Amino acid sequence: MEAKIHLPDPSLIKEELIGKYPAKVAKKRSKSIVINDPETVPEVQANVRTVPGIITQRGCSYAGCKGVVLGPTRDIVNIVHGPIGCSFYAWLTRRNQTRPESPTDENYINYCFSTDMQEENVVFGGEKKLKVAIQEAYDLFHPKAIAIFSTCPVGLIGDDVHAASREMKEKLGDCNVFGFSCEGYRGVSQSAGHHIANNGVFKHMVGNNNTPVEGKFKLNLLGEYNIGGDAFEIERIFEKCGITLVASFSGNSTVRAIENAHMADLNVILCHRSINYMGDMMETRYGIPWMKVNFVGAESSAKSLRKIAEYFGDADLKARVEEVIAEEMPKVKAVIDEIRPRTEGKTAMLFVGGSRAHHYQDLFTELGMTTVAAGYEFAHRDDYEGREVLPNIKIDADSKNIEELKVTADPELYRPRKTEAELEELKAKGLEINGYEGMMKQMLRKSMVVDDVSHYESERLIELYKPDIFCAGIKEKYVVQKMGVPLKQLHSYDYGGPYTGFEGAVNFYRDIDRMVNNPVWKLIKAPWEQEAAEALEANYVA
Amino acid sequence: MEREGLTINPAKTCQPIGAMYAALGIHGCLPHSHGSQGCCSYHRSTLTRHYKEPVMAATSSFTEGASVFGGQANLLQSIETIFAVYDPEVIAVHSTCLSETIGDDLQQITKKASDDGKIPEGKYVIYASTPSFVGSHVTGYANMVSGMAEQFAVSTGAKTEQINIVAGWMEPSDMREIKDIAKAMGAKILLFPDTSDVLDAPQTGKHEFYPKGGVTIDGLKSSGDSKCSLALGCISAEPAAIALDKKCKVPFETVDMPIGLSATDRFVMALSKAAGVKVPAEITAARGRLVDVMADMEQYLHGKKVALFGDPDQLIPLTEFLLDLGMKPTHIVSGTPGMRFEKRMQEILERAPYANFKNGLGADMFLLHQWIKNEPVDLLIGNTYGKYIARDEQVPFVRFGFPILDRIGHSYFPNVGYMGGLRLVEKILGVLMDRQDQEALEEKFELVM
Repeated sequence: MEAKIHLPDPSLIKEELIGKYPAKVAKKRSKSIVINDPETVPEVQANVRTVPGIITQRGCSYAGCKGVVLGPTRDIVNIVHGPIGCSFYAWLTRRNQTRPESPTDENYINYCFSTDMQEENVVFGGEKKLKVAIQEAYDLFHPKAIAIFSTCPVGLIGDDVHAASREMKEKLGDCNVFGFSCEGYRGVSQSAGHHIANNGVFKHMVGNNNTPVEGKFKLNLLGEYNIGGDAFEIERIFEKCGITLVASFSGNSTVRAIENAHMADLNVILCHRSINYMGDMMETRYGIPWMKVNFVGAESSAKSLRKIAEYFGDADLKARVEEVIAEEMPKVKAVIDEIRPRTEGKTAMLFVGGSRAHHYQDLFTELGMTTVAAGYEFAHRDDYEGREVLPNIKIDADSKNIEELKVTADPELYRPRKTEAELEELKAKGLEINGYEGMMKQMLRKSMVVDDVSHYESERLIELYKPDIFCAGIKEKYVVQKMGVPLKQLHSYDYGGPYTGFEGAVNFYRDIDRMVNNPVWKLIKAPWEQEAAEALEANYVA
Repeated sequence: MEREGLTINPAKTCQPIGAMYAALGIHGCLPHSHGSQGCCSYHRSTLTRHYKEPVMAATSSFTEGASVFGGQANLLQSIETIFAVYDPEVIAVHSTCLSETIGDDLQQITKKASDDGKIPEGKYVIYASTPSFVGSHVTGYANMVSGMAEQFAVSTGAKTEQINIVAGWMEPSDMREIKDIAKAMGAKILLFPDTSDVLDAPQTGKHEFYPKGGVTIDGLKSSGDSKCSLALGCISAEPAAIALDKKCKVPFETVDMPIGLSATDRFVMALSKAAGVKVPAEITAARGRLVDVMADMEQYLHGKKVALFGDPDQLIPLTEFLLDLGMKPTHIVSGTPGMRFEKRMQEILERAPYANFKNGLGADMFLLHQWIKNEPVDLLIGNTYGKYIARDEQVPFVRFGFPILDRIGHSYFPNVGYMGGLRLVEKILGVLMDRQDQEALEEKFELVM
């Protein structure tokens, strides 16, 4: 793959990006800034400590655990054990939509719960207050489950949230109480929190309910958090195809569905980074294979549906999937045909998340746009280079501190859904069974890949490439727009969406068209400034 | 049900975000969060959502190792990286619950940075202690403002005609308005912090990492020679005025933040007295315009019950203003603790013996919602999170305070001064009269109101 558009010399750009850093910082950053080659993917330094002071996009372990993975389930009371801020900042800011089946169904999404830890709790311990808080939450709401999230001071003062949870679970009797040691300092980014969340959900929820689930093609949707209603669109498509969604981890999900998830016959993974642990653990314990799919992009959605049908190997399902695709695609194509002349040849940069920076490239490709540089905020090498590099990833001190659950096959519930031979056959057909090929194989030769991009690097990248659109998050939004470049938020979607599936793709095309062709970008200079600039230029030419 | 352990839907957040906001009001300053990465990320995100502007700040990026062995190495590395890459005039470091719990001493670490030559000539590193388990975002703001006064102010022995105005937590639009009022009065003031022209920067096609606004370091240094200080707010501003008095013998007076008629009157009088200037006719006329509207529209305001939540220095004068408008402040909640706040609020509420007021631990929006369910109100005033109560209870809602995540205007149009009072009345009337229009029967639908 060579770029159709002219890309600046990437090695010069790399020098520009690290030139200003102190020597040690430059040396470290240079390993995270690589020039892509999709054929022989180079190694990217990822999931390592951020240089203090560099201005990073990254957040903390708590954000990954509570904010990302646990936050979207509507009927868990999520109590944050710590000072007030951590719970406050994660309060409704991730746009995890949820749709209770009836108005009386439990839904705590709009609530913010905290133990509001005070100095005396830090000095004398906060476990007592935590237990009171759990009791009060139970008395007020009688929830099915209460989850406890540890913030930084909790780990340091030695509060045992797990013991407190066990004690209260026993005391309450009909409420599942469990804790997470997701203190902000664990690991090097949100990623540690994802892993901790996966462990907790697997240990305390999955497998609690063995009620059989009706349906011929039963799967779980992993790593989909229903931001802007993404899960609703995927649910719509599944329903149309006759695919039964047992549980979603965790957009628009419930405790009951997650407890029942091991009744499914396939796990499909969207956000590999945040949930791959769950896929592996469920395979080992219950024999459910996982498969990487992508519902961002219309073509990718069609491809993912075909893969799912292929997995189940059922002729009727395959036919139905083709019918659905044939029904959905013309609407999408019509919009592409309308918009593409206005977006063709434009360029994009994506620096976001642990999965989105990869998958949103599909949507830009569908619009005829080129991704010139991309990188993740908190991904690991496998998300860049593909899971085949997993055996070669060095486990450093920060990763070692995150528990790896020792999972074994469940003596009663383990039931391999496919034989080894069947799985091999599916892999040979191109299905990413228990695999993920990563971002870089899809990107152009000589495009830039930057992990954990700093503020300085992103400003320089924009100056050097002058992209037509930049994708990142809220902290970057107005910085980049001040430079005259529209920024599409890929965490919150700028309060739009959904962007998944067929209808989502159409939403995205329209949003990008609106953004890159918006008249406002031509209005930045006042007429008198323009006149002065033109006069200056005329003088210079003369 | 009385709760002792559980806070539900807080009416406050934590100290460090206030310190970050205050530090953005120094020109050429990069705020720095000494703690885990998440703190800095969350604070930047919240401030960005509120202002829809770049909010630059750095973090010490603590990992487990730093949490065990102390964060000194991380902060020293930060200081080195920041001066090399971002070249600020000053780095304003604030602590977090993490660095406070492990006992990092910011004074000692910044001294070491200086001794090790990590702070370039003519550049500064200041600090404030802002553990998240004490106070609220408001006291965090106060601590950083005190820090900037204490650490920059110099007393040369020669007093000047300058008057320090310590801004309590207010919007850039409010700070601009305070400067305009002082200018109209001919008073020579130094306002700090000052986030105008920082968090309301124009679109120019270029990102100014350090926008043109903010109090300068020379300005802050000169505050020690000012003849006096006016602190706008007893919780968020007064501590800095006290610090200046202690360090440089600058006498101070504390007035309520000038929100609404009476508080603005007291501010104008205090400034006039301090600066030895007469109140000019244009200020009196501005006042007259506000009183005129209050008189003309009293029928739509009189006796209306209001629930409000937010921060002390805003709630005190706002409650007073509602009373001046003939309205009934019925339920008032603030998560910010403090005896000073309670006492001042009780003084104001002597005119409203019926009012429910609670602040500090347990004073959250869940409690406010219960109060509203027990005794319904005609109007809700507070930050964006109020929209869930407003929707549930079908109450007209005016957004006011921090954070406002779903509307614009707060950073551009002031709430302080007589103009700010006029804007508040306009907003309150807007939602009340819209409601009247929506609910009016066909035959009662009025053209002229």
